[in-house]
Amino acid sequence: MNFDLSDEQKMLKDQVSRMLLDRAPPARLRELIDAGQDWDPDLWRALADMGLLGAAIPAEYGGLGLGEIDLCVIAGEIGRAVAPVPFFSSICLAAEAIRLAGSAAQKARWLPGLASGEVVGCLAVNEGRGFAGDRLEAAVSGDRLSGVKWPVSDAGVADIAVVVAVENGRTVLGLVDLQGPGVTCERLKGFDELRPHHRLAFSDAAFEAMTEADAAQVLKALYDRAAVYVAFEQIGGAEACLWMARDYALERRVFGRKLASYQAVKHNLADLYVYCELARSNAYWAAWAMETGSDQLPAAAASARVSATWAHEQAARENLQTHGGVGFTWAADCHFHYRRARLLALNVGAEEVWADRLVGALAGGDAR
Amino acid sequence: MDFNDSPQEAAFRAEVRAWMAKNAAEYASPPATPWSEAQIVALGRKWLKRKADAGYATITWPKAVGGRGGTAMEEVIFRQEERKYVLPDGPFLSIGVNMACPAIRRHGSPEQYQRFAPLTLSGDIVWCQLFSEPAAGSDLGGVRTRAVREGDNWIVNGQKVWNSWAHHADWAILLARTDPGAPKHKGLTFFVLDMRTPGVEARPIRQITGRTDFNETFLSDVVIPDSCRIGEVGEGWAVAMTVLMNERAGPRDKDGLVLRLIERARSAERPGGTALDSAQVRTTLARLYAEEQGVKYFGYRLLTSLSKGEPPSPAVAMIKLTQTHYAQLANAYAMDLDDFAGLFETPERPHQDQIFFEYLYQQGLRIAGGADEVLRNQIAERVLGMPQEMRADKDVPFDQIPR
Ligand SMILES: Cc1cc2nc3c(=O)[nH]c(=O)nc-3n(C[C@H](O)[C@H](O)[C@H](O)COP(=O)(O)OP(=O)(O)OC[C@H]3O[C@@H](n4cnc5c(N)ncnc54)[C@H](O)[C@@H]3O)c2cc1C
Repeated sequence: MNFDLSDEQKMLKDQVSRMLLDRAPPARLRELIDAGQDWDPDLWRALADMGLLGAAIPAEYGGLGLGEIDLCVIAGEIGRAVAPVPFFSSICLAAEAIRLAGSAAQKARWLPGLASGEVVGCLAVNEGRGFAGDRLEAAVSGDRLSGVKWPVSDAGVADIAVVVAVENGRTVLGLVDLQGPGVTCERLKGFDELRPHHRLAFSDAAFEAMTEADAAQVLKALYDRAAVYVAFEQIGGAEACLWMARDYALERRVFGRKLASYQAVKHNLADLYVYCELARSNAYWAAWAMETGSDQLPAAAASARVSATWAHEQAARENLQTHGGVGFTWAADCHFHYRRARLLALNVGAEEVWADRLVGALAGGDAR
Repeated sequence: MDFNDSPQEAAFRAEVRAWMAKNAAEYASPPATPWSEAQIVALGRKWLKRKADAGYATITWPKAVGGRGGTAMEEVIFRQEERKYVLPDGPFLSIGVNMACPAIRRHGSPEQYQRFAPLTLSGDIVWCQLFSEPAAGSDLGGVRTRAVREGDNWIVNGQKVWNSWAHHADWAILLARTDPGAPKHKGLTFFVLDMRTPGVEARPIRQITGRTDFNETFLSDVVIPDSCRIGEVGEGWAVAMTVLMNERAGPRDKDGLVLRLIERARSAERPGGTALDSAQVRTTLARLYAEEQGVKYFGYRLLTSLSKGEPPSPAVAMIKLTQTHYAQLANAYAMDLDDFAGLFETPERPHQDQIFFEYLYQQGLRIAGGADEVLRNQIAERVLGMPQEMRADKDVPFDQIPR
């Protein structure tokens, strides 16, 4: 047993972290929000140039052919920096869906572009409330898709969408060219404006079916995997909050001594540290299960998800609290995480959904 | 990252399994009638000796001192296999093997180590810990028990308290004050004490569980030969720290608690189904499971870093902090699932008293061996680098600290 990142993975982590610190500092984030920008295309290109977008995409499709754990490491750093790029949508959802369920021709057509960053993808599952696969109304007939999908992350900058719909009462998965006719995209007003979400309306849009396999099963696997990537993103964010709070508490003096010397603050941050480490430990288990194709993945992914959500939300709140009034200002950086923590807590399903999946996996049945 | 046994680890596991199947067969299921204290101690001595004879008592110690020269990972594998049995175990074994012997080895002389380690490993002597006092628990540096030198001996007077299994122990590790004029942590000296020495009296104290397995221990003109002093005079605090570090590294995996809770939920009836159908119940179970597994895997991460030769991390404090947290909640929840009836042992719930016991006992574990608050301080100070607590007793001679 060796329950740690490899030396190469640690190097990768440092490299990504340094690059994001340099290219996506908080001032840049404020600028993008103020300008109403959907993303930072320069940063996207920089990530692509480092090969990071194709990290887990097989070499035959233009990627680096590394493993899922490497992708998790990158996701963690994206979360730490709240990087304004469609990494999760394009790489952890769309490219993963194509890897899992695409035909050989579809992989050859799309994965190289996704790996190089020239193509951006997204995943259109949700129809308002409701988690993957519930009561879908978007319908496919022949090779045409009609219906409305929202919220869809990063659809405004995406070229293609992997869409989940129903055809003759059966769940199906397919690809839609978002530049094609019959597609409209409208940006939603959301809680975390640093990662835009959209409403996609399809009206007889061209739909290219992806798999003969049971789409519901593919989706289940895709969401298990997505939960692990998001968990790493959440943990990166939670750790950023913890250390931001620690640094501030060491600097700030109140009642004649360092804020960090007060036990209320020390214990609060010690608890955050524990939450972060519990989540990281579960996330390692899940990343390992994903990379090795272990049948423990459903339980591991859900455990990682539940503990990472808790860690991130607590850390985001307590970080801002530790900062006092200055934490409540736009000029401070706490709010990026305060908002992002909510987004990531819900974007692949709320705690209740994952608790259900977890107990389902453990109790030997399915989710309710 | 590789989570499976390496071929070498797998071979060791197979070897341990076979050995356990042969040597622990009588412990495959719980005893028909619960063991008495005296029985546990007697059986515990035998079990430790059986392990020691096979080289399993202290896997990571060198062979020359009765160990196996094995890896930390092998130690974990052994414990995992051991946990599949119901073994006679208790602080009287772990204080000797995991706390006394390592401290003697590190701070004592080779002769002292040779004198105590083999007898400990063979189960011939079992140990207790005489550290805490009425006025010194978390603030252990405040012990007042006095040891005064007289020729080749020390004369010891004082009162210790909360000493687990002291009434069954052969020997004790003891922290006493030898220089009241020195600052608190500088005037302490560490001893080992034969519990049969005249003037030692352990009086069992009844606990909230109804059991009486800790004691107040009175020391009246107890004579300890200087050959039983471990480390230098005035260096007792460093020895005690070695003991505490090993104590806090101690708690074991408690895997499986939440799976058992799921089974309880499945058998707890609700209108139209069982408790397991409720989203609220599933959320509670999922949170507990994530905590239980998270801390288990955190332990494996620490182990990985130890096996790479990295120094032990002060973050180990979060293991007991977390384990007692979820275990206390999980045992309360085991009662909640049956609503009011969960507070009663009935023919339908014949083992409910184990839940009662565990729920009570976890509260003790939140206090013993570093209370929650002390562990949070440790994490904040030693992991996060935050300032130490302000203290009123620093650099003040012990006898001038206000009481
Ligand atoms: C089941 C059990 C078995 C035990 N076995 C042994 C044994 O075998 N040998 C032995 O020597 N001792 C033993 N102990 C004693 C144990 O080590 C002490 O109880 C423990 O160290 C706490 O000390 P205390 O009881 O004096 O409580 P206190 O130290 O008075 O603590 C009371 C409360 O104050 C909190 N507190 C203390 N200091 C601080 C601080 N700086 N900041 C914030 N909060 C603080 C504590 O966390 C606790 O909540 C045992 C205890 C129990 C419960």
